[in-house]
Amino acid sequence: MLRYAFKRLISLLISLVVASVVIFAVIEVAPGDPASFMLGVNAQEDTLAALRAELGLDVSNAQRYLDWVGGMLVGDFGTSYTYRTPVSQMIADRMWVSLPLALYALILSTLIAFPAGIYAAARRGKPGDLTVMGATQLGIAVPNFWFAMMLVLIFAINLRWFNAGGFAGWNKGLWAGLHSLTLPAIALALPQAAILARVMRSSLLDILGEDFMRTARAKGLTYRQALWRHGVRNALIPVLTILGLQFSFLLAGAIIIEQVFYLPGLGRLVFQAISARDLIVVESVVMLLVFAVITVNFLVDLAYAAVDPRLRSRT
Amino acid sequence: MSRNLILGAVLSSLVLLAAVISFVWTPYDHAALNIPNKLQPPNARHWFGTDHFGRDTFSMIMVGARTSIAVALVAVGIGVGFGVPLGLTAAARQGSWLDEVIMRGNDLVFAFPSLVIAILITAVFGAGAINAIIAIGIFNIPVFARITRGAALSLWGREFILAARVSGKGAARISAEHILPNVANLLIVQGTIQFSLGILAEAGLSYVGLGAQPPTPSWGRMLADAQTMVSFAPHLALIPGLAIIVTVLGLNLLGDGLRDWLDPRIRVARA
Amino acid sequence: MTLLQIENLSLSIHGAEILKQVSLDIAPGQIVAVTGESGSGKSMTALAVMQLLPNGAVADGAIRLQGQDLLNRPEAELCALRGAATGMVFQEPMTALNPVKTIGDQVMETILIHKAMPRAQARARAQEVLTRVGLPPDRFPLSRYPHELSGGQRQRVVIAMAIALRPKLLIADEPTTALDVTTQAQILDLLKGLVREYDMGLLMITHDLAVVANMADRIAVMRQGEVVESGATGDLLRDMQHPYTRMLFAASGHQVTLPLSPPPRPLLEVAQVVRTYRLPRKGLFGKPDHHRAVDRVSFTLNRGERLGLVGESGCGKSTLTRAILGLDDVQGGSVQLDGQPVFTGHRPNPAVRRKMQVVFQDPYGSFNPRHRVARLITEPFHLLDAPPTGSERQDRIAEMLTAVGLGPDDAGKYIHEFSGGQRQRIAIARALIIRPELILFDEAVSALDVSVRAQILDLLADLCAAYDLTYLFISHDLSVVRTITDRVMVMQAGQIVEQGETGQIFSDPQHPYTRALIEAAPTLPETGMNVA
Repeated sequence: MLRYAFKRLISLLISLVVASVVIFAVIEVAPGDPASFMLGVNAQEDTLAALRAELGLDVSNAQRYLDWVGGMLVGDFGTSYTYRTPVSQMIADRMWVSLPLALYALILSTLIAFPAGIYAAARRGKPGDLTVMGATQLGIAVPNFWFAMMLVLIFAINLRWFNAGGFAGWNKGLWAGLHSLTLPAIALALPQAAILARVMRSSLLDILGEDFMRTARAKGLTYRQALWRHGVRNALIPVLTILGLQFSFLLAGAIIIEQVFYLPGLGRLVFQAISARDLIVVESVVMLLVFAVITVNFLVDLAYAAVDPRLRSRT
Repeated sequence: MSRNLILGAVLSSLVLLAAVISFVWTPYDHAALNIPNKLQPPNARHWFGTDHFGRDTFSMIMVGARTSIAVALVAVGIGVGFGVPLGLTAAARQGSWLDEVIMRGNDLVFAFPSLVIAILITAVFGAGAINAIIAIGIFNIPVFARITRGAALSLWGREFILAARVSGKGAARISAEHILPNVANLLIVQGTIQFSLGILAEAGLSYVGLGAQPPTPSWGRMLADAQTMVSFAPHLALIPGLAIIVTVLGLNLLGDGLRDWLDPRIRVARA
Repeated sequence: MTLLQIENLSLSIHGAEILKQVSLDIAPGQIVAVTGESGSGKSMTALAVMQLLPNGAVADGAIRLQGQDLLNRPEAELCALRGAATGMVFQEPMTALNPVKTIGDQVMETILIHKAMPRAQARARAQEVLTRVGLPPDRFPLSRYPHELSGGQRQRVVIAMAIALRPKLLIADEPTTALDVTTQAQILDLLKGLVREYDMGLLMITHDLAVVANMADRIAVMRQGEVVESGATGDLLRDMQHPYTRMLFAASGHQVTLPLSPPPRPLLEVAQVVRTYRLPRKGLFGKPDHHRAVDRVSFTLNRGERLGLVGESGCGKSTLTRAILGLDDVQGGSVQLDGQPVFTGHRPNPAVRRKMQVVFQDPYGSFNPRHRVARLITEPFHLLDAPPTGSERQDRIAEMLTAVGLGPDDAGKYIHEFSGGQRQRIAIARALIIRPELILFDEAVSALDVSVRAQILDLLADLCAAYDLTYLFISHDLSVVRTITDRVMVMQAGQIVEQGETGQIFSDPQHPYTRALIEAAPTLPETGMNVA
């Protein structure tokens, strides 16, 4: 178990290093000099040089990469080219919208998908199964941002249950914050829940064909008992993989959904930064997203070991 | 043939047909502004109504189908073109450093969702349909590499592959002659699914302005434009959304149907 | 009084007739064996008694357990019977246990699901039955997971689960088919002991007639869903009525006569071959261990000789086969065919490869399903510098198909159009088509029904005469090796522990392991028919 975790940790670190090099290299080949972009075409050469020095652009690429990574390790993401404020502060502010949104959606999606998938598997081929499967088929096909617009149209504009956009802020209390994230979270969660429910169902149905399910039935368990006691935990193994992958989709999806609801999250930040060519912000946000995805996948790997004793004892 | 397969094929070919016809005919010029005629709800002259510039929505949907299909198709092409050879190689050299590098590389790309890749590319090179293609295409590579490797690995353990090796055939030849034809079905099904995911991703990217730029019509862009008008012109938001749903649903049903139809176990049972 | 009474049981699944008017009785303490080839419906009979039939199954007739009919009982009542009044043991111990639950939990589940006793007592009972089946808790704690046990040990756990509540009736569906012969003997002894001790009835499903003859009080022989003959074991063996029963027993003990082998002239020389695998590291920074799958193996196979290689699973015989075929390089020693090494440097030597072919075990996995027979059997032509083309190629295909008992017309068919036995014939045709000096048969008849197996053995004997075959016959099945080889080697833990003339080894084994193997293998009793 320890060895397994250790191996996964090493591979996590390698992934992070390679990812940071890739991101840095892509941003590095960006045409144009941020300093001249910021000061306009008429800037004096000595002003430019001064600004470059201030932004830390006047040293070698390798040095800048090390500075960037070293800074991130201690929480210093550099200074925004346009706002001249610490990027870490900008990210921290926005993170309190994006991260809760993604988690909210993940929880919703799991809460919907697990029962739906298990229900469908338990009633394989019956009307209940067909209904769930039809709904998921539709759910997969719906773009989440369009679904978000429809939710706004129905629940904000027509029914006025929610605000059409904006974020109340956590300082107004947990409830106010959650309330303004509810429609976005539903919009994000439902299409993902559709995928997850399908995976849960097919994974359970695969397990149902296993010999040990028949053994369980021969002991006197009913079909449902066998499904719950022996099926679900085994079926979780492929479902966990999808859950890990979904987190990255949810993060990315959150960026788009923030646009629909005018939420001040990382998505808004990154699009503003792109149009202002504030590359250090783009670079840092992207690195953060990638970091989150890689870390979640690491956690999923550990969760495998919790579910599957064969992995625990392999090493 | 199952109902899924037929329904999926019909829906998919409907969209494909609209895209193809749009090259030679659309009801109106999709780019022609006609301000006095703006924001008309669906009616006999404009089946899907008009937008805030008075452009015919039906014509824009037809031309937009072109963008969606082109982007998603090329992205699948990139995924298959790079992913399948990588997957076959990794499987043929299972356990070697090459396999390890390919698979770790795959994992790494999975850490970059298409949107993140698109953000990176756009930040550097500016927005455009090509970005969308590259961003979605790159993300497709590990999908195809992984599925090809998985299927190929289970085949490499089969006795008919051993027999081919005993007959002196090399890894490349076996991959081409025995492995690829036996994973082709799987790739066709996955291709259909990635195609539909590509349509969704393209819509998302162009919605946030990272995809095709105006005046090229795209469904995502149309939705972005419609957002501020959703309260008084809901058809502008509804119709492109439904176009996306029909396309994606059609392709998914087609994929499911193909999977059942091409499944060798079922085929043998039928034979 | 009878414990289980099956009366005129007919069964169809989605309209296909599976069982026809099957009748069977089992008394307490009695072992009744149901035997037959694949498709005979013997396993379905077992599942029908458990009422665990696949969807779409429609049964007719009666299955009475202690006088009460099980057909058309409500599911809740059946659940109360399963595990408590009837227990079942399955064929595949590797997959019959839930991999994510401990063996203790799985045995206790049988007890707890029937609310037979409180948890603490159930735990004690689980320990007790596990001890009874040979897994005492001091060596096999309840917290073990299935993957930590061997196949035989897992089968013991399955048996413990089935007998935890002392059922009146135990059903065992091919309980030892997936096990090695020495393990099989132990499991069969265990089952026999349990039947005596608990006075259970045992319904034993098996295809192995030697097991049947040694175990059962009564035998029922099934074919295509019908019981063709049944009776007390002794009577039935002495006086078989139905021609199918006679054929089955004859085929099980089928003997072939091989032509005399020519004077010894070495063809394959294996010297001090070592093949090791790396095991996963232990601990965080531990050194990886190595497992020697093949440990300094040396032997010579002479031209025209039929050599056998026997051993239990994991003994290294498959690894050795792969090394001889040049599929894997070896870490030490040499393999030479006709004086030339199989490997030159680290690459297989094509000049040697074209002198060797192989026939595998699985008739279903041995062929690319997308190619036609003509293409399948000509694949080895790839090894030739100038493979025959045009009509010469057609003639070779036709000749080979005819030689293995098929027709030239079969060349245009796909593999799924053939039965298991026919596929094995095609595999032999593929191996013969380039007239190799040496053929390896890797468990080539192990997956076949006895009647088909007898035909393939006959075919091999005929081909020996027609083509002067030299082969290495790898098998776990002693009875087959005994008749189809001139000389035999016994392999254990990577080493060849004994080799010699086949007749000599079987009648006077020297090594203790060889003796244990031969002793454990169930043998067909004298049946009154002339089988030897």
